[in-house]
Amino acid sequence: MTVGPDEETRDRKKWMGLLARAEAGDLARLWQDLGRAPAHDVLRAPEIGGIMLRGRMGAVGDAFNIGEMSVTRCSVRLANGPDGHAYVQGRSRTKALQAALVDALMQSGAADAVRAKLLSPLAEIEAKRRASRAAKAAATKVDFFTMVRGED
Amino acid sequence: MYVAVKGGERAIDNAHAWLAEERRGDARVPELSVAQIREQMTLAVNRVMAEGSLYDPDLAALAIKQARGDLIEAVFLIRAYRTTLPRFGASRPMDTAAMACDRRVSATFKDAPGGQVLGPTFDYTHRLLDFKLAADGEVPFAPELADAEPSKDTPHIMEFLDREGLMQRDTDGRTPPRDLTREPLELPATRDLRLQALTRGDEGFVLGMAYSTQRGYARNHAFVAELRIGKVAVEMDIPELGFAVEIGEVELTECETVNQFAGSKTEPPQFTRGYGLVFGMSERKAISMALVDRALRWEELGEDNLGAPAQDAEFVLYHADNIQATGFLEHIKLPHYVDFQSELELIRKLRREATADRGAHRAAAE
Repeated sequence: MTVGPDEETRDRKKWMGLLARAEAGDLARLWQDLGRAPAHDVLRAPEIGGIMLRGRMGAVGDAFNIGEMSVTRCSVRLANGPDGHAYVQGRSRTKALQAALVDALMQSGAADAVRAKLLSPLAEIEAKRRASRAAKAAATKVDFFTMVRGED
Repeated sequence: MYVAVKGGERAIDNAHAWLAEERRGDARVPELSVAQIREQMTLAVNRVMAEGSLYDPDLAALAIKQARGDLIEAVFLIRAYRTTLPRFGASRPMDTAAMACDRRVSATFKDAPGGQVLGPTFDYTHRLLDFKLAADGEVPFAPELADAEPSKDTPHIMEFLDREGLMQRDTDGRTPPRDLTREPLELPATRDLRLQALTRGDEGFVLGMAYSTQRGYARNHAFVAELRIGKVAVEMDIPELGFAVEIGEVELTECETVNQFAGSKTEPPQFTRGYGLVFGMSERKAISMALVDRALRWEELGEDNLGAPAQDAEFVLYHADNIQATGFLEHIKLPHYVDFQSELELIRKLRREATADRGAHRAAAE
């Protein structure tokens, strides 16, 4: 099966988002378990900064600024080619570096192994966390019942 | 005129050392960790993030610890740290319709699609002190609905009124928002700047202003059409990549109020909205923000200026920021020896003159 550039981008967006949302501890543990230390150059050392978060007036209108969020970014180049980039929430330099390395590895021959051993377990952790919150929220959903007054 | 006076270094050093000791409190009591504050003082952390204008729960928790629980001092620490961060860019406007809602209630529609989801709320508690919490407690357990559907987008309730044309609609003119952290706030302030000032404004101040509108100053009877709290994805265009990726997710509280509007020369009678969007679970603040937002919209909606404080953008926006207010208020406790010396001399001179005058009058009368 051939994969078009759109699909490649969609796939990459997915794993980059997953890496960004992951807890630094979970990513560090799975990276350790992956047991890879690919030779690489650091194009941009992990750098901590902020981005301005925007909302919309009335949820649908023009944008306005709410406040900033801390973000760490990092770029690497593997010895055998592909560049990896990361923009991840928080101030963990280790997380940003590992996310950039994973992004690069996912564009290399190691993609299948990285997906199986790192991305899939990470996605599972996230799915479990989300499902648990959704199930707790669902348990607080109100069932209304109407009391009929008088005779009909 | 300012005159520099040196001295007091040793006193200052010792004062700060004592501050550190007092911050720690009784050393026989275990020290609080930043993680404990983050996990167990979450709503304080949320408030510091909202008013500090930086979403970072760990830093907010650290600031609360350092400030000995003084939340405005903690906000000050976060604001100071924020200025050291290089700005990488801005997110795309966050899509709150795609929020994974922990809580979502409507005071206007009982049978809102998606339902009334209470979430972890203080509502309906009896506000009785729970002495069980003073003892070493077990880890509490929240029930989960076994066959809960996976969370999907929850449409905004306002959309249903929108469809009937009963609701004044906010539209996206794709105007890039102005940023009051980058340029000084000037009046008249557009709604983007007003909303930014309100979302980072002091919760107590915004609450007081909102309450004044309910009590009759710029009366605009508001219903909470929808209040939702949950996680929303943050997406940003990455220049190196040429496309947007999610770079994290944040918890937000959003409040949309629906208000009566009699219509004006250009608009038919319809409902109008007030809007609140705040970092974290910050329900009181989000509702307050929506009420004050609505009151400040009198001019663009062609309503009368009733002279109410909440309609006065200058009054509201220039006094909502607790760091500006604290800075100016607290500076008067710092040495003003020379200023005061001149006041003292002036008052002595005036008294001498007044006494001399009275003496002269008496002499003339005799």
